[in-house]
Amino acid sequence: MAKPASKSTARKSAPAKKAAAPKSPAEDLDFVLHSLQEEHAKSPRYKAKDEELLKLYEQMLLIRRFEERAGQLYGLGLIGGFCHLYIGQEAVAVGLQSALTEGLDSVITGYRDHGHMLAYGIDPKVIMAELTGREAGISKGKGGSMHMFSTEHRFYGGHGIVGAQVSLGGGLALGHQYRGDGGLCLAYFGDGAANQGQVYETMNMASLWKLPIVFAIENNQYAMGTSTARSSAETEFYRRGTAFRIPGMDVNGMDVLEVRQAAEVAFRHVREGNGPVLMELNTYRYRGHSMSDPAKYRTREEVQDQREHNDPIERAKKELLERGKSEDDLKDIDKRIRAQVSESADFAENSPEPEPAELYTDVLVESY
Amino acid sequence: MALELKMPALSPTMEEGTLAKWLVKEGDSVSAGDILAEIETDKATMEFGAVDEGTIGKIVVPEGTENVKVGEVIATMAGEGGDEAPADAGSTQAVKDVPGEGKDVGRDEPGEPPLAKEPKAEPARDPEVPEGTAMTTVTVREALRDAMAEEMRSDDRVFVMGEEVAQYQGAYKVTQGLLDEFGPKRVIDTPITEYGFAGIGTGAAMGGLRPIVEFMTFNFAMQAIDHIINSAAKTNYMSGGQMRCPVVFRGPNGAASRVGAQHSQNYGPWYASVPGLIVIAPYDAADAKGLLKAAIRSEDPVVFLENELVYGRSFEVPDLEDWVLPIGKARIVREGSDVTIVSYSIGVGLALEAAETLAGEGIDAEVIDLRTLRPLDKEAILASLAKTNRLIIAEEGWPTCSIASEVVTICMEEGFDHLDAPVLRVCDEDVPLPYAANLEKLALIDAPRIVAAARKVCYRD
Repeated sequence: MAKPASKSTARKSAPAKKAAAPKSPAEDLDFVLHSLQEEHAKSPRYKAKDEELLKLYEQMLLIRRFEERAGQLYGLGLIGGFCHLYIGQEAVAVGLQSALTEGLDSVITGYRDHGHMLAYGIDPKVIMAELTGREAGISKGKGGSMHMFSTEHRFYGGHGIVGAQVSLGGGLALGHQYRGDGGLCLAYFGDGAANQGQVYETMNMASLWKLPIVFAIENNQYAMGTSTARSSAETEFYRRGTAFRIPGMDVNGMDVLEVRQAAEVAFRHVREGNGPVLMELNTYRYRGHSMSDPAKYRTREEVQDQREHNDPIERAKKELLERGKSEDDLKDIDKRIRAQVSESADFAENSPEPEPAELYTDVLVESY
Repeated sequence: MALELKMPALSPTMEEGTLAKWLVKEGDSVSAGDILAEIETDKATMEFGAVDEGTIGKIVVPEGTENVKVGEVIATMAGEGGDEAPADAGSTQAVKDVPGEGKDVGRDEPGEPPLAKEPKAEPARDPEVPEGTAMTTVTVREALRDAMAEEMRSDDRVFVMGEEVAQYQGAYKVTQGLLDEFGPKRVIDTPITEYGFAGIGTGAAMGGLRPIVEFMTFNFAMQAIDHIINSAAKTNYMSGGQMRCPVVFRGPNGAASRVGAQHSQNYGPWYASVPGLIVIAPYDAADAKGLLKAAIRSEDPVVFLENELVYGRSFEVPDLEDWVLPIGKARIVREGSDVTIVSYSIGVGLALEAAETLAGEGIDAEVIDLRTLRPLDKEAILASLAKTNRLIIAEEGWPTCSIASEVVTICMEEGFDHLDAPVLRVCDEDVPLPYAANLEKLALIDAPRIVAAARKVCYRD
């Protein structure tokens, strides 16, 4: 059921109808719908230089360690409310965002947003301080885990209503097209949000108007406690754009280099003015949906199996070792990142809470 | 290095739990992801896992113990290595708990919240119309169109989107001619997909554009209300002032004529209850034009409520180059001394009609057009009440939890000493709007009902 990595290899064959009558691209009206998938299959993994792979590894490790620490701070009562951890899914945000043009492209996501912020290189301190609800937090402590933004990085949140970020992302893409700036919007959502109506309203308009948007479905196999099989008539989410003539890509989201290469293919297509692309990134979250999720809907063995055989960080680590990095080098990196996360946790714990007067600020921009 | 494993908080409200079962024993080595214990909360049984490798030292709280407080040490653990990175298996941090507030650890008592900021000293006023300014008679429909066209000419970030706004020239012809002048890039026909295009408009505003999103009527905006409230209204606050959302949602609101219950509702009170939104509901053409221009220029999200029955009415608009009115200011449309009639949108016309009748009976009514429903111009209401000592509200909409209810509250809380009579609400009947002509007429507010209420508060009935 939940085998994100193996799923992608088992479904490459084109539908039987097409296989029976091979056509040239010019004759094949549906060519565009599978062309990107085929292009990606030719060379599925990004040819990363050693230092590139190292950077991707470090970014994923930072997210992992940050999220583990956030989980602890939650347990200590320092983080309140909802807190959705990204552990297991690190390769998706890191792989996709590494292919963006910084300062030009925009990104928007749902409430599981810590990893996407960290993948931008945003200071972990201000993210952790937002989680603890402190004045120094990136939203002055008024947003919390689910509502963080960095317009400087063109990161537009951090949205708590499932699926809302998809149509908002359509608007960000409209902005790129309107200004003619050559940028694109990367709009993340989960397999759960993929069943919301507004997602399809947006796909329709995005394709109709050829908006520069990449719909990135992070399929972590469970919408809270409901598996994709129990919620979705079509569990091959990359096909969900077919009705709107949006090409789909089925990507192993547990391999950062495969994600990165898929992003290269998808982003190029969008930047050339061809309209949206729908990417399904098959991944797995190790923790519960949120901190208060007992995760009784799956077996412990299933989770351990993913951790042991499919972990994106272990995969990158193994590859780095094969390329000649030493265990000691990697231990040093882990030590450095742990220290950085500890520093951000101390900062988040020791920073003051917002002044009471902040209660009334930022409701409106202007005074009337 | 010994680490203390503490009773974790496993939900936003958990204060204590039962340590149901230990799945490890003293001396066991564990690695990340291994489940150490099962903990029962009031809602569920949760697994407590190791986040790093190490060896279980001493189990302090035996299994089966109930009412273990969050933060209490339940076991110790020896970590791997001896590096300076602290506390990765649980935490060593000392936690100051606030009794009874499991999630408020480390929080200072907030004390009394300070008073909200007082409004700025100098109140905004309508611009002076210089002596001798020519007045042009235009319909409300044309005034709205002119407002959009002028703002689109002066700011290329401004664009209009909605159903039938371009090629069809507007379902109610409010966008007539805009496509010809500004082209399809800035006058965008959308499919019938309110939730989707409200989200796209809101997102475009977040990304730096100035969208005007037209709803064919506000009845259809109920499909999109999530974006108006959750996405547009709350963004600035949630981002600590970092991300703005200067979008205008506009379209006809309230009852039209014989279109039945689903197409006849006043959403003014709904939107006016939401902090972070500006809500405007003008009556005449000059206000429609001046306030729509102000709405488009505002850095805040605006809900701009028009009225289909008023679109075709003609009024004078000052022939000035840039007619912009202040948001948040009511207007005295008829001065009087005996009773105040507060209204907005189509109700203003009925209030003026009632005032004429009342004048014939020797009752001198003052009519106030709120124009903006949020922020509401309390000062104007209270100043008029101080003058007339009697007040009624005329609102084309349901009475329960209405703008009228809000005005009553303001008068009770801040104008009580000025009241010579109870404040009365004159609203539609509290029923879905019926189709039958006679029933519809019975359900809707009209001038005679306003007159009756005014007589009553003047003790003349």
